[in-house]
Parts: sequence; structure tokens; C-alpha cells
Amino acid sequence: MANFSTNEFKPGLKVMLDSEPCSILENEFVKPGKGQAFNRVKLRNLKSGRVWERTFKSGDTLEGADVMDIDLEYSYTDGEFWYFMDPASYEQYGADRDAVGESEKWLKEQERYEITLYNGSPLAVTPPNFIELEITETDPGLKGDTAQGGSKPATLATGAVVRVPLFITEGEVIRIDTRTGEYVSRASKS
Amino acid sequence: MSDWRPSASQERLAARAALMQQVRHFFHTRGVMEVETPLLCQGTVPDSGIEIFSVPMQDADSPDRYLQTSPEFAMKRLLASGSGDIFQVAKAFRQEEKGRYHNPEFTLLEWYRVGWDHVALMSEVAGLVGDALGCDGWQIWPYRALFIEILGVDPLAEDVDATRLLDVAHAKLGSVPDGLDRDALLDILMSHCIEPAIRDWGIVFVTDFPLSQAALARTIEVANTAVAARFECYVAGRELANGYWEQSDPVALATQLDAENERRRQRGLPERPIDERLLAAQRQGFPDCAGVALGIDRLLAMQASADSLTEVISFDWSRA
Repeated sequence: MANFSTNEFKPGLKVMLDSEPCSILENEFVKPGKGQAFNRVKLRNLKSGRVWERTFKSGDTLEGADVMDIDLEYSYTDGEFWYFMDPASYEQYGADRDAVGESEKWLKEQERYEITLYNGSPLAVTPPNFIELEITETDPGLKGDTAQGGSKPATLATGAVVRVPLFITEGEVIRIDTRTGEYVSRASKS
Repeated sequence: MSDWRPSASQERLAARAALMQQVRHFFHTRGVMEVETPLLCQGTVPDSGIEIFSVPMQDADSPDRYLQTSPEFAMKRLLASGSGDIFQVAKAFRQEEKGRYHNPEFTLLEWYRVGWDHVALMSEVAGLVGDALGCDGWQIWPYRALFIEILGVDPLAEDVDATRLLDVAHAKLGSVPDGLDRDALLDILMSHCIEPAIRDWGIVFVTDFPLSQAALARTIEVANTAVAARFECYVAGRELANGYWEQSDPVALATQLDAENERRRQRGLPERPIDERLLAAQRQGFPDCAGVALGIDRLLAMQASADSLTEVISFDWSRA
């Protein structure tokens, strides 16, 4: 991979730091008076998700990380790996538990996910911002509660539990914001 | 393509015009003459911390010219020729200096006061900055006292070597880049620890710098220690101006310029030719004076509480 100098550090650039792939979040140039110039850089470690803050001498370089994002369709899991397929080439990628992480509860067959590949292997799985899932279990709502705006827990087909309005019933398909895990609406009928 | 538009709002452009008028009025009433000096010069600065723009000439026999990193040398030649008090609002150019508070092309206000020292000049800077920002009151902190106050380490003590400063930096910052010499370590402590710590202190003048950071200031004795008669003005933890009681001894000046080139050598940078015209002017006779350079774009950004210089520059580096 190419090397990148501090003046090329832009948000989104993927670089290797301490042998870990990282994505640059922020790069601030600081220079006291006539002195040495530095770059204060915030990076997200793509493996752990942790944010690191490091200072570099301006002009220092980091090696680029072989990281790319692709859209793949979720197929199935064997309990150890979650398999995603490239719908064009039918190529399959197996993501382990670390890569799937919190996204597991939003995994739905045939849905498309953004997979971050590091040296060709899945490093992270990002669900679409909105996803439609069926409710498999929830208490029956009480009549007349629509206006109160109360909510109750509902279990989705993926096992995730979200709060839904009282009028929502079992078997309905609802739209969820995966970034917050919040109910958005009933799914549009297709 | 929408980046034909200015990066500054109409309001900010008007504020710039108003500030320039205020500045000119400030100096006019004080009898300081406005001057203009060339931007494309044959000489430049040897500072190890400043990257320059070289401009090749059509005529292959003519050496490259340099975009000025500040109007300092040309203004000093005017002073040597008997100009008296002078000021200039000039564009200055520094390669690679790009960030929220840096634009590679920027506007400097530089002025010189004949017969003054840096202490007298600080009070004039405080007046101008205070007017522009609508604040009064200011404090002076010797470099040494500020380090002791905030970091508990004396940067001028003989036993405080690079290893000790590296320990302090590690303790305060966690990770520190490799290969920093003593001055670079002082710089990282200044920018990463001291600047944030003095953010709410109003107008702060840091004075009496270590001799290794003398630049072109003269040396004075303070409490039996030789220091550089220099100041930097900080507002909201950001450096706004840099002033000197100017070195008037041509031999000492040549030594200081050579020392910068020596530092470039140590840092693995190519040396730069010394500006012989400046040295010749100084040998001919240079008045006792103090001078300061103040970043106009930064002052405007502070005035507007802007988050970056982009908001106060008509067309920032990416749109220029």
C-alpha cells in the first residue's frame, strides 16, 4: 500500500497504526509560533471501534490500510460465521462474531449490508439505516390507547427487542432505524 | 461547481474591511507610516519550522524567487535606510501550513517602532487587539514561569534535558512522536498543554523565550539567565502575534541566521541561502527598535468567534 503524509490525512482515509487498520476522523494542524509543526489526529480503530488520538510531526507518514467497503447480501449463519454474498459474482464472505458485532440483531436474509473488508476479509458489518422486520412476539395492545402514545416491547424476527406503540400487533412488519434501534413506522405494504 | 463562491460571508467581508480601516487609523494617528515591500524576493528565511514557496523564473539563468513568509527582511532594510516607524499589511506565504487556523496564503500586519523595546510594544499590541476584540486587560507571563505554573517543569533549568521533557510530554499526552529534539518537545508542550490551559486567560503575552528559540530577537538577562527578548501574544489559547526587541548587532544576527541553518541540517532539511542584502543593511546601521507581526485572519476569526480562518478569508486555499 501507498504511504500517506500528514497533509494527505483526510476524514475517511484508511491507514495502519500500531499494526491496526484505522479510519481517520479528524486532522488538526497545530504549529506554535516559529516552531515545529504537528498534526493532531483522531482515528477510529476499525477492529475495536475505539477512537485514538495521536500527534504526528507534520510530514510524518503512515502506511495505507487495505480496507474497502462493499455492499453484500446476507445469506445465512452456521453459528460461527455469518455469510454474505456478492449478488453479481456470487462470491461469499464469512464474517466472524467480532465483525458482525451489534449488527447481528439487524441481519435479515436477502437484505444488503455494507461490509468493510480488511485484506479481503470482513472487518465490520454495517446495516442499512432503516430496515423492515416482522414482529414475532408482543403483548396485545389495548383498545383506545392509540392517542396516549404509550409503548411496549416487541420481539422481532431477528431476536432484537424494540419499543413499539401499543396499537402494533404480532405479525406486523415495522420499520426500524438501526442507528438508534427505534421504531419509525409500520412498513409500507408491498 | 459551487466553489466559485467566497468562503467568507458578506458580513465577514465587511468586518475585514472595517478592521483594515481601524488598523490604518490606529497607525495614522500614531504617526506610523504605511509601506509596501515586494512579495517575490531573492532572499528568504532560514527558519527550520517554515516551508517556503519557490517560484522558478522563465530566464533559466535567474535563480528562483521566493514568496515572502513575512515582510520582515524588507521592512528591516527600510528601517536601516532611515524610514522611522513603519507598518504594513501584507500577504505572506508558507507552504504546508493548512488547517483550521492556518492558510498557506495569509494576511500579516507587521510594524516596527524605533527606539522601543518589546515591553513597550506589547502594550501597543494589547491596545490594538483589545480595540478589535472589545476587551481590555492583559497579562505578561515569562515563558519559564508559564511552564512551571502549568507543567511544573522549568524549561530553562540546565538539568531539564530532552529526556526530562520527553517524560513530561509522555505523562501529559500519552503518545509522543519519535525523534523530537529539545525545542520540538517544548513546542509540543506549548501547543498541546499550555495553549489549551490559557484559553480563558484573555490576552496573554508570553515573553523571555529560551535562547534556542530567539529567532531574530536580541538577548537580555532576566534573573541572571540569558533569554530572548521576544513575545508571543495569545488570545483564547491561540497565537496571534509574535514580536521582538530586534537584534541590531549584525554579527549576532548573522550567527542567529546560521544557527537556524544549523538546525535545518540537524533536522535533515536543506540549508537556505542567507539574505545578504539584510546583512548588508544591518552592517550599515540598524536602529534600536521593536517589531511585531500579527495574523489579521486570526484576529478576524477571533472577533467573529469563527471556527476556522475559512470563514473570514474571501477565498480560502481550496477555492483560491
